[in-house]
Amino acid sequence: MISRLMLYAVVAKLSFQRFSTYRAATAAGVFTNTVFGVIISYTYIALWRQHPMLGGYDQADALTYAWLGQSLLMTVALFGGGFQDELAERVRKGDIAIDLYRPVHVQTWWLVADLGRAAFQLLARGIPPTLFGAFLFHLRFPSSPLTWIWFLVSVFLAVLVSFGYRYLVALSAFWLVDSRGVDYLVGVSAMFMSGMTLPIVVFPGWLAGVAHGLPFAATIQAPIDVFLGVHTGADLAASMAVQAGWAAVLLAVGHVVTGLATRKVVVAGG
Amino acid sequence: MVDPVLSAVREYCLLAWMWIRSSMVYRTSFVTMAVGQFLITMLDFLAILVMFSNVEVLGGFGLGQVAFLYGVSGFCLGAADLLVGNVERLGRRIRDGSLDAMLIRPVPTLIQVCADEFQLRRVGRLAQACMVLGLGSTTAGIDWSPGDAGLLALTLLSGTAIFCSVFIVFASFQFITQDASEVANAFTYGGNTLTQYPLTIFPKEIIKAVTFIIPLAFVNWYPCLHILGRPDPLDLPGWTQFVSPLVATVSAAVTGCVWRLGIRNYRSTGS
Repeated sequence: MISRLMLYAVVAKLSFQRFSTYRAATAAGVFTNTVFGVIISYTYIALWRQHPMLGGYDQADALTYAWLGQSLLMTVALFGGGFQDELAERVRKGDIAIDLYRPVHVQTWWLVADLGRAAFQLLARGIPPTLFGAFLFHLRFPSSPLTWIWFLVSVFLAVLVSFGYRYLVALSAFWLVDSRGVDYLVGVSAMFMSGMTLPIVVFPGWLAGVAHGLPFAATIQAPIDVFLGVHTGADLAASMAVQAGWAAVLLAVGHVVTGLATRKVVVAGG
Repeated sequence: MVDPVLSAVREYCLLAWMWIRSSMVYRTSFVTMAVGQFLITMLDFLAILVMFSNVEVLGGFGLGQVAFLYGVSGFCLGAADLLVGNVERLGRRIRDGSLDAMLIRPVPTLIQVCADEFQLRRVGRLAQACMVLGLGSTTAGIDWSPGDAGLLALTLLSGTAIFCSVFIVFASFQFITQDASEVANAFTYGGNTLTQYPLTIFPKEIIKAVTFIIPLAFVNWYPCLHILGRPDPLDLPGWTQFVSPLVATVSAAVTGCVWRLGIRNYRSTGS
């Protein structure tokens, strides 16, 4: 049991290091996030200047939302950049047979690797754009250290939810062979329905209802609301319970589908 | 002068046609992806509709006028993405050595890099932009004259050329660092996002930067100000609203120089 945990810790650490190798790519990504952060900030300013309390946010909240969105984009791998291309590719090529042969649980293996990746992205792609944003605009940072802790817990849950559905997307390759179309469609829905393009709080009621019925809201809107201190007390607990609930459901489905997919694998010698 | 250009266009078309035929083998996949691209960019416009469900005007522009700006910018970005978008794979080609193979073929390298793996499904994005442009043209309260229509046609051509230049110039940076392909996104897709909105919502410094440094404002903003009959927030002389073709020509010339400089200093990574 202990050795198993050690193994997973090593997988997560190696995954972290693997992503940290691409320094130029990281710097380029931070630059792009910052440019988008600036553009989105001015669109929000234009909106909130007319409606100072739109969606229950004031302008500082809205701008903080814009920059945190850019900072979390890669951490929760909303639109590409996660492990799913790699896993789907292994399914397509048949390398997955080797993974199944290993004495580790496939889903847990990819989960810890993705957690290592997310930790790196949170530090390298999350902090610099937020600092740039705070330098250029008036943002709202939590005053209580407790809020920072809840925020980190919420981001962790967000990564679990995002892993949960991306793992299912990758496993669809067992049936579809080419899962890129599904990956693309899910990525795009995620961009909108997570509140990445616009905060869900400004959606008209019916659309907000759709967004809250999907797991994507747990990846962007939920952690940022924790950061902004929108929820307190029981509300805060409820919001994180929704995230944890999605994570549990998606991971459980992933577990079942892994079993189904494994039964489909036919190794054609060689 | 004319002959090499014509043969380059012919070679581009031949290469692109080959990839179109190859994608047509998987017709269902092609249709799904094209429709997917259409829906995806539709979600992008939905964000603007959601904004306008909360406000009447944005930066002094109504929904129809913003749709018009959006449509022009989206068309130009979509067309440039279709024509030369694959240039962003340059870094990968340098890494895996496939650029070397292109260098010894008797077709200009830039043509090969842009036409290779030509993705016709990107017309999905273009179709969405045309739809929004149609919506904007009819609801922005434009009093269309033949001159306006001519200006719009020229603008679509020039804007496409400007975005093509931006794609190629920033992809050329991958001759220096192969990993930094994402920087280009800040100016291509970022430029598209910026020009979807009336520039009046941005500070003057940003408007100046996209006028004088990276001429994205000439993709749609200045000519559209004329067509929409709106005053220029920078109070530039009126002729700036008609010079997009000139700006596009200069951009293309600069792009040619940058690309050549890159190719000339390119050193293969070896096998």
